[in-house]
Amino acid sequence: MINRRSTLKSMALGAVSTLALAALGISSAQAENKELKIGFVGVTSGPAAAWGTSNVRSMQTRAAWINETGGVKIGNDTYKINIVTFDDQKDPKRAIAGMEKMAQEGVHYVVGPNVDDGAAAVRPVAEANGIIYFPYAFPKALYQKPASNAVLGMIANYQSGPAIYKYLKENKGVKKIAFVAANESDPLSQRDSGVEAAKALGLEVVAQNDTYQNDTRDFTPVLTPIVALKPDLLVLSGVAPANAPLLIRAARELGYEGLISTETAQDAKVLEEGAGEYANGFISVGGASTPEIASDAMKEFVARYTKMFGEYNDESNTKVYALEYIIETLKANPAAINDVAEFKKTMDTFSAPNPFLKGDAKLSYVGMTSFGQKRQLSVPMVVNEYKDGAFQTLFVGSVD
Amino acid sequence: MEQVIANGLYLGAQYALIALGLTLIFALMNVLNFAHGQMYVLGGFITYTVYGQLGLPFVVALLASGVTLAVIGALMEKFLFRTVIRRSHREESTMLLAAATAFFFDAVILLLFGEKQRGVPKIVKGVFNEAGIIMPYDRMVVGVLAIVFIAAFVLYMQYSRVGRAMRALAQDRVAAQLMGVRVDRYSMIGFAMGAMLAGVVGGLLVTITGVNSGIGGPISIKAFLMVMIGGAGVVGGAIAGGFILGMMESVGLTVLREYGDITYLVIFAALMVFLSIRPNGLMGKPWG
Repeated sequence: MINRRSTLKSMALGAVSTLALAALGISSAQAENKELKIGFVGVTSGPAAAWGTSNVRSMQTRAAWINETGGVKIGNDTYKINIVTFDDQKDPKRAIAGMEKMAQEGVHYVVGPNVDDGAAAVRPVAEANGIIYFPYAFPKALYQKPASNAVLGMIANYQSGPAIYKYLKENKGVKKIAFVAANESDPLSQRDSGVEAAKALGLEVVAQNDTYQNDTRDFTPVLTPIVALKPDLLVLSGVAPANAPLLIRAARELGYEGLISTETAQDAKVLEEGAGEYANGFISVGGASTPEIASDAMKEFVARYTKMFGEYNDESNTKVYALEYIIETLKANPAAINDVAEFKKTMDTFSAPNPFLKGDAKLSYVGMTSFGQKRQLSVPMVVNEYKDGAFQTLFVGSVD
Repeated sequence: MEQVIANGLYLGAQYALIALGLTLIFALMNVLNFAHGQMYVLGGFITYTVYGQLGLPFVVALLASGVTLAVIGALMEKFLFRTVIRRSHREESTMLLAAATAFFFDAVILLLFGEKQRGVPKIVKGVFNEAGIIMPYDRMVVGVLAIVFIAAFVLYMQYSRVGRAMRALAQDRVAAQLMGVRVDRYSMIGFAMGAMLAGVVGGLLVTITGVNSGIGGPISIKAFLMVMIGGAGVVGGAIAGGFILGMMESVGLTVLREYGDITYLVIFAALMVFLSIRPNGLMGKPWG
């Protein structure tokens, strides 16, 4: 006889069985597809949001692409990539909290932070918890011994600056140079090394103390005295993409006719909207998307990024690389998946095809000249010139 | 030196317009609207979308910015600030609410408009270059428009029925209520006007400085600085504060440039000394 009690019992048994079957299903799915967590700690809000957002979106685009094609095979296992993100709001204290979160989640490879003080702040946490991190920050102490867990994710200004100044001196007749920087640690340190490089090349530095608040909206008062000095080259040291078009426009409107350059990555659309034709001739450092050098894979990456987020960011031409390096290095040595010491060993000899460039370019770790050990991603040092809404490659350099 | 003065006057006109809305809301409701900068940013993005993306006339875009922000301001007053003021006896409750709305707007703006700096085509091309002064024509237009808006605002506050009611509210809320002024209605209109001013100036300046999602906070801080110099809640004070700050920036960035970025250090130090002497700013009490 079916009574209320037996009905409830049957329902409870049914629910338990369903849950058990579901759990079995999940665990078998997990067995088929392991998860590889890669972290991101950087700035995705506030005035510098563009730096970190282009980072994290590049990672998410590439991860989605890999996952869509079945995941990545490392050793005998296939992994789905899971990007774990943390917005440090450009605050070193939050960057530390972010790195601690990564440690708690068992993440061993983290992209970021985006700025000098954040990258320096997370070092003890990363070293204590066996995390390799890929900052977009330039202090050499992060990459020189005894430090060993940080890997510079891009070309440093002290590597690209001298190359750009030399090129402009030899090809454009630059003799007098002026620097202007935001009053923050990254731009100021970039300015100082830029001044040093310019002096070493025999250029006359006519302005090197001019700075501005990073939240400045009108740069006319800042640039008025500099333009009066008539430099041949105005260097916007460490300029944020949001400020570059405003500085360019103010300089041109004040009648400045010389060259303008920076060693940071910029976005063509931002320059076009903010400075229009005034931005023509502006020189910056890019990555891998100019038509001259971009491979089909890079073009597909740009298309996928645009589809995912509505609009591409040219800063991602450089930031596409970090995740690729992590994955390819793990593929080269699967033991590194939970052991960063193995990763470090592999870095010394690692080499793989660069999927984002035409030809037979390679991914490899560099930095021997600058840091005395291989603690830098070899990304192409593409020096671009902006022209009518797009970047054109001026020259391509490399770092050893 | 002519160029430095011209830069200072232009910056001053722009700053004064930014500070007006903030001081109006403070005068009427004793609310420090931390979201003022975010309202400015939203106004900038609306003009960017209407003028820069949809290609509609700039005037239409400016109207859209003003009207949208006015509606947002009215809704904020009616459903948020009015409720909190009525229920809370602690003044800091409105400050916390304002700070929360600032964070909320920051997040929404970032989601809606993205992380990139945005700009629109110039409204007037060409550069004035005579008598040692270089000034792009679009800045001159914006500077003149800012002065026209400021004058219209002052006249409206002085001679219109709504303006008189709002001034009465600012002088003595209880007395105004006893004299038949509908406090809720005029508080809402005042908040809407303050927000509208932020939206209009955001729309106006997007043609010069562009806009990005992260600049709301710094804009608010600069507006507070101007209001502190001129005297909180005083229209004339906000205008004076704007021009003083603009001129100090322009002169400081030229005279002190050899010493690095100490202009704002000097401005803040001067402000501390000034406030210790005149804690109510230049013009003292609201609508005095």
